[in-house]
Amino acid sequence: MTILLDKFRPLEERRARLIASSGEDPFHVVVERVVSATEAVVNGHKVIMAGTNNYLGLTFEVSCIAAACTAVREEGTGTTGSRMANGSYAAHVALENELAAFFNCPAAIVFSTGYIANLGILSTLTGSDDVILMDADCHASIYDGTRLGAAQVIRFRHNDPENLEKRLQRLGERAKGTLVVVEGIYSMLGDRAPLREIVDVKSRYGASLLVDEAHSLGVLGENGRGLAEEAAVEGGVDFITGTFSKSLGSIGGFCVSRWSELEYMRYAMRPYIFTASSSPSLIASTRQALQILRRGTGLRTSLWANATRLYQGLTGMGFELGPEISPVIAVKLPVSAEEASVLWGELLSQGIYVNLVLPPATPDGGTLLRCSISAAHSKEQIDAMLDAFAVVSARLQPDYQP
Amino acid sequence: MQSKEDILEQLFELIRPYSEQPIVLSEQTSLISDVGLNSMKVMELVMQVEDRFDVSIPLNILPDVNTIGGFAKHLETLLQDR
Repeated sequence: MTILLDKFRPLEERRARLIASSGEDPFHVVVERVVSATEAVVNGHKVIMAGTNNYLGLTFEVSCIAAACTAVREEGTGTTGSRMANGSYAAHVALENELAAFFNCPAAIVFSTGYIANLGILSTLTGSDDVILMDADCHASIYDGTRLGAAQVIRFRHNDPENLEKRLQRLGERAKGTLVVVEGIYSMLGDRAPLREIVDVKSRYGASLLVDEAHSLGVLGENGRGLAEEAAVEGGVDFITGTFSKSLGSIGGFCVSRWSELEYMRYAMRPYIFTASSSPSLIASTRQALQILRRGTGLRTSLWANATRLYQGLTGMGFELGPEISPVIAVKLPVSAEEASVLWGELLSQGIYVNLVLPPATPDGGTLLRCSISAAHSKEQIDAMLDAFAVVSARLQPDYQP
Repeated sequence: MQSKEDILEQLFELIRPYSEQPIVLSEQTSLISDVGLNSMKVMELVMQVEDRFDVSIPLNILPDVNTIGGFAKHLETLLQDR
């Protein structure tokens, strides 16, 4: 073996410890067969998928599948290159126009994934004289985007507008060239940004604001436009990024802006220029899903009813959860990574798949069993999740006997 | 205006609780290999130092920070520019 791989030994050892405790690698689960938007076969058993961010349950929506099938037959399996080199397909441009119209914005750019959208925008929008002021709990794609760029990067305390203001104040004149970055719903604990307060602060200092609505698109707001719509501050948000891989059930990312000059960024963003564009089938199903999301009030009602049922049920069992009801429901565990892995394995054997989240991916260095709820979950499935968590709760009692 | 000695003293005080074994901290002490900080702990420490000195520390300087003395030097510059 090349010595270059020696540095991954600690990962090998850590994986062995996790497998020893839960009998399974929690970070390499093989889904043997997908049954529906909420069910799959894992280890030969049917399980309820409660950790897949499939918020509106559109992955098996008949009209989205039909649109994807037509596109793959008519336009082929892939674009075999970037939009700058190979050309944009008409559907790429149509989706951009539809996103711009949906957000009431003059400009939109589609990217190959949500991760790449953040990489492109954050690395390119700010230059070496500018500053990025980001919430400390922002997603890895935002951290990575800042690392690819040249701006000075400063973090502010999670969901703390006062701390943000203190930092803008310290920047003095440089505050005007500052991009504040927050998320609509934070992916690990499911809490929302205090967006009204953040818009107020950034406006007073003349800074710009980017909101990543990855987990809130289709989930928040009367029309599903996300937290900015829900908080009624869309006019105060300069840039919105997001993903197609959650509520829209496909793969891809986007940025929209109330500034039409966003359009010119496509000639400057390396993560846009040097990667292959989304395949025709992905674009087709995304366009169809966006139409459904727009009129998706009924889906949002089911989603929130399901989230509320699970959140309240888990609270009733005495679990410590994220601070507010949301389709992302994180159960905080007072145990080590290995013990958390055992509990995660217990849930899987009870027929429930959730995400095991360990440091450094957790905000406070603890361990989490993270659930994400779908509009497509039935009441019975939510109750099955609660039954499985009751087993976990029993195992956490001090007098538990295996 | 704080002296370098004063900055160092305050850094020692903030860093000491992170070390699992009692070690003697000096300018040459490495935050990673001696104190045993991982990337998460470094971030936590940065926030504490920011609060203590009322300063914003750009993440960009972190790759250059290995020792407590190196951290103090960056901090001194940041405090001067303030």
